[in-house]
Amino acid sequence: MSDKSHDPNQMTGAAMIVRALIDHGVKDIFGYPGGAVLPIYDEIFQQSEVQHILVRHEQGAGHAAEGYARSTGKPGVVLVTSGPGATNMVTPLTDALMDSIPLVCITGQVPTHLIGNDAFQECDTVGITRPCTKHNWLVRDVNDLAKVLHEAFYVATSGRPGPVLVDVPKDVQFATGTYHPPRKSDVHRSYAPRVKGDATQIRKAVALLAHAKRPVIYSGGGVINSGPEATKLLRELVEVTGFPITSTLMGLGAYPASGKNWLGMLGMHGTYEANMTMHDCDVMLCVGARFDDRITGRVDAFSPGSKKIHIDIDPSSINKNIRVDVPIIGDCGNVLGDILQVFKAEAKKPDIKAWWQQIAQWRARNSLFYKKSNDVILPQYAIQRLFELTRGKDTYITTEVGQHQMWAAQFFGFEEPHRWMTSGGLGTMGYGLPAALGVQVAHPDSLVIDIAGDASVQMTMQEMSTAVQYELPIKIFILNNQYMGMVRQWQQLLHGNRLSHSYSEALPDFVKLAEAYGGVGIQAHKPADLDGAIKEMISVKRPVLFDCRVAALENCFPMIPSGKAHNEMLLPEQANDEATATAFAGGKALV
Amino acid sequence: MNQPASAYFIEDRHDPNETHTLAVLVQNEPGVLARVIGLFSGRGYNIESLTVSETESQKHLSRITIVTTGTPMVIEQIKHQLDRMIPVYRVVDMTQTKRSIERELAMVKVRGEGEHRVEALRLADAFRARVIDATTESFVFEITGNTDKINQFIDLMRPLGLVEVSRTGVAAIGRGPEGM
Ligand SMILES: Cc1ncc(C[n+]2csc(CCOP(=O)(O)OP(=O)(O)O)c2C)c(N)n1
Ligand SMILES: [Mg+2]
Repeated sequence: MSDKSHDPNQMTGAAMIVRALIDHGVKDIFGYPGGAVLPIYDEIFQQSEVQHILVRHEQGAGHAAEGYARSTGKPGVVLVTSGPGATNMVTPLTDALMDSIPLVCITGQVPTHLIGNDAFQECDTVGITRPCTKHNWLVRDVNDLAKVLHEAFYVATSGRPGPVLVDVPKDVQFATGTYHPPRKSDVHRSYAPRVKGDATQIRKAVALLAHAKRPVIYSGGGVINSGPEATKLLRELVEVTGFPITSTLMGLGAYPASGKNWLGMLGMHGTYEANMTMHDCDVMLCVGARFDDRITGRVDAFSPGSKKIHIDIDPSSINKNIRVDVPIIGDCGNVLGDILQVFKAEAKKPDIKAWWQQIAQWRARNSLFYKKSNDVILPQYAIQRLFELTRGKDTYITTEVGQHQMWAAQFFGFEEPHRWMTSGGLGTMGYGLPAALGVQVAHPDSLVIDIAGDASVQMTMQEMSTAVQYELPIKIFILNNQYMGMVRQWQQLLHGNRLSHSYSEALPDFVKLAEAYGGVGIQAHKPADLDGAIKEMISVKRPVLFDCRVAALENCFPMIPSGKAHNEMLLPEQANDEATATAFAGGKALV
Repeated sequence: MNQPASAYFIEDRHDPNETHTLAVLVQNEPGVLARVIGLFSGRGYNIESLTVSETESQKHLSRITIVTTGTPMVIEQIKHQLDRMIPVYRVVDMTQTKRSIERELAMVKVRGEGEHRVEALRLADAFRARVIDATTESFVFEITGNTDKINQFIDLMRPLGLVEVSRTGVAAIGRGPEGM
């Protein structure tokens, strides 16, 4: 036998994990220690290339890694222990799966010989996380570990990105084996996402676009995931065609909110002009979006007269909810490039003046209208002021889930991709604070603001402690309406205003809470005080909890009511009691 | 349709269901079957029959044959959802190819005496079922064929003293010289 003691690739499983992180360019990871990951933590202690951020709850590590990933385009990495550490990761893994965020989660597991024995802190991690990961692995042999880790990074970041999990029993972490750097053969031969779109389909798409009279581009998070090139090409396509463009919640920032062809967000709380344009269009180009039910409303009345082109890297997204005429499977950037090339060579800008005139009429309805007040801060006004006062700054926004999230999407204008982090698919309250943490780790000098709700923010509040420990000056801007506002709104509109358990009883004093954590607390009650308070928040270089007291009973409009089509939106000026009662008439259902 | 008070669109489904047989070639690794089954239960798809075995041991390939029902749009989804799983190599809709052979094997235990016993044997002969176990009061028949044929045989055995049935589920293969 040869002497392996000098082979630099001979190492323990725990060392391999750290080595693989370094080989994949990972600078920061988020985690929480425990018995089943101690060997890995020991390796982390003895090096300085990978920085570990200690959170206060594993869910926080997961969302922080998501924020890190979405603001950088790089995978987020999480390290947690077996059992409760792993089960606490279920929410962020599911969140990342729904929103196509690349995460690599490493979990410790009880030693191989104890698996199946109900050992202390044992759980079936791969079983539990199978439906909430893109793929997962249990590594039983240290000599498989390098290959699995490299494959994990590849699977997480390629094709439609998503979370992956590698479960490593403690004995495998201790065992010595052979490491190898990443190589092509580390990947399943059965996994080969399609990047390039079919040329015939691309020609069909261009033919439709070139002859459109009432076109619309509907873009989604896929464009942002695809990378900067896709964003650039999307903007160029809008320029070259002159088409109006709207986007999903996930897609905000791919096309600038200040761009002249921008219609605002579409969907349940989208603008009137965006939804009407979708409804009445004759050609729809969907790029990297998935016809989610919050977008389509009633499916059998969704954009009934249009030919639909759908670009998506995931074939299962196509024809799932809405039948399309020209499906193109491929990477958004790649396909947009091909469409542009063919369009520029063979087509000219269609004349859609009449269509723009129609859109101008819809715009004139001013669907984001709200009544300002001198006495109370309207939540919409608070977001508008926050937007104005951070304009031109290097700002990243995360959100929690609820009305504040929708108002942020409606009133904060995003000029660039990767600046907007929100839990879209899963709608996870508690996402925004830890996500802001992750963003701030990746962008230490930027202004990172979590637009929060009073209820959501309490779900992961403990991560304030992490922010203080690592001097991450995140700003938690709480639109405090003292309600689970979105729940209250649905109860008002759909359940006879019986406000069952949606009042935020016994709210903490957020200012004192901030101070208890070692952060800064700021409060604003009156519209007149708001600007000054926001400026103070921006200038403080420490974590801030901003308690912005807003009108308690404000509703989020426009809104597409139950089972209604895009052209049956409820606009704010119509949303008096009688109109809402009619719009939401019907029995009740448990959905 | 009367839509209840909900911000979800509650849809009545009208499209007729179809039955399809899918052949799925997968990497034979731990958990692969759990993934496939989890996909079906998680997304609310039906499994009428599922058969799995390693088919190429050197390459660690297994072949899963699934019979499922759903609207054409759902069947399309099922195929894409299967295909995007990391360890899945190929998904072939054997029903769509219209060139596939499907077989199932069943063992059918019948208990009876006198006329019933004679009748069971006579029917077994007509269905080309073989006797693989016999006592003075029982038979176990082995029968191979498509699902309809086996169902029919079992129905006929019922009044003659059917005790129990063990079925393999459907295996399918394409006609002609090409592999999947
Ligand atoms: C973890 C989780 N639990 C429950 C819900 C359901 N839910 C959606 S919005 C909401 C209320 C959010 O209240 P708040 O954070 O105060 O935001 P607001 O709507 O008042 O702006 C609830 C309970 C959810 N989205 N996530
Ligand atoms: Mg609230």
